[in-house]
Amino acid sequence: MATTIESPRAPHTVRRSRGVNWEKWGWIYMRASGVVLLVLIFGHLFVNLLVGDGIKAIDFAFVGGKWSDPFWQVWDTLMLWLAMIHGGNGMRTIVNDYATKAVTRKVLLGAILVAVVAMIVLGTLVIYTFDPCPVGSPAELLPSFCATR
Amino acid sequence: MAINTAGTMTPKRPAGTLYRGREGMWSWVLHRITGVAIFFFLLVHILDTSMVRISPEAYNAVISTYQNPIMGLGETALVAAIVYHAFNGIRIILIDLWSKGAKYQRVMFWVVMGLWVITMLGFAPRHLINVFSHVGGA
Ligand code: HEM
Ligand code: HEM
Repeated sequence: MATTIESPRAPHTVRRSRGVNWEKWGWIYMRASGVVLLVLIFGHLFVNLLVGDGIKAIDFAFVGGKWSDPFWQVWDTLMLWLAMIHGGNGMRTIVNDYATKAVTRKVLLGAILVAVVAMIVLGTLVIYTFDPCPVGSPAELLPSFCATR
Repeated sequence: MAINTAGTMTPKRPAGTLYRGREGMWSWVLHRITGVAIFFFLLVHILDTSMVRISPEAYNAVISTYQNPIMGLGETALVAAIVYHAFNGIRIILIDLWSKGAKYQRVMFWVVMGLWVITMLGFAPRHLINVFSHVGGA
């Protein structure tokens, strides 16, 4: 059976004129967030893995020290939101590419949406309700500044 | 090549393009795999970090599992994936937005690989020394 292939230069027929072009904004978002994420994630990895004893120095007191500083609170919040939305939107593209049945596609896209929203809410709450000096905890596990409070 | 009904030549095998075969395709395959891997790591990572809201003991217990040698190798692989995804992401952006991007996509792929090797040479020894120098206590 012969299939007709449109001439590449034929004017395309479907033209959308109304509404927000979400796919276009998604495309722009992937690029804009990617550039910012490169800086945020490389900075995160540098400070947590390469400075001092690296991963060996990470414990509750280390996190307490970082999150007492609004600079790192904002840094981590931006990283959390940008990375989860970038990753979630990327996963959406992949599901759209491979899921052939409408049901599978809906279920997978729903799962991605739930995961992204849940992680953003949880991660944001953790950063802003964090207490570096919880009462009753052994002092040697806490940041050194807790002693002076 | 065979002559088709339109009287033009059709190659027996599709020629390599930006997206099919060689660097163009493999860079995309790797970008996809690393993107998925980082996404799943991030889900786990937000959950393990949230242990700071339970108690210092709970957080330290979870994070100490990241400090054993096997996980140390895993973290090196994770950083390798991120560094590739990040540099190749910049290459994708340049292909799309720079007027000569598509022309130089293959060169840029090898630039990405070169930068990846340099970054990992800077990262891996230092991280692995941190991980392995304390094996067996302290
Ligand atoms: C480090 C900085 C990063 C840069 C520069 C970057 C850049 C990009 C770019 C340009 C794309 C292509 C989008 C498109 O084709 O429209 C992309 C796709 C993707 N990214 Fe990232 N990204 C970064 C970090 C991340 C992180 C942290 C995650 C996971 C949480 C992630 C997961 C993904 C996924 C799943 C895709 C879809 C891949 C595909 O469609 O084949 N990326 N990224
Ligand atoms: C093995 C490598 C990694 C280690 C050891 C590590 C360690 C940590 C630590 C100790 C924290 C607590 C706060 C802070 O230090 O800023 C944290 C938080 C965070 N990290 Fe990482 N990290 C790693 C890789 C990554 C990567 C690759 C990403 C991004 C894709 C990432 C994203 C985040 C985010 C979003 C938070 C905030 C979580 C929240 O809001 O609860 N991390 N990480």
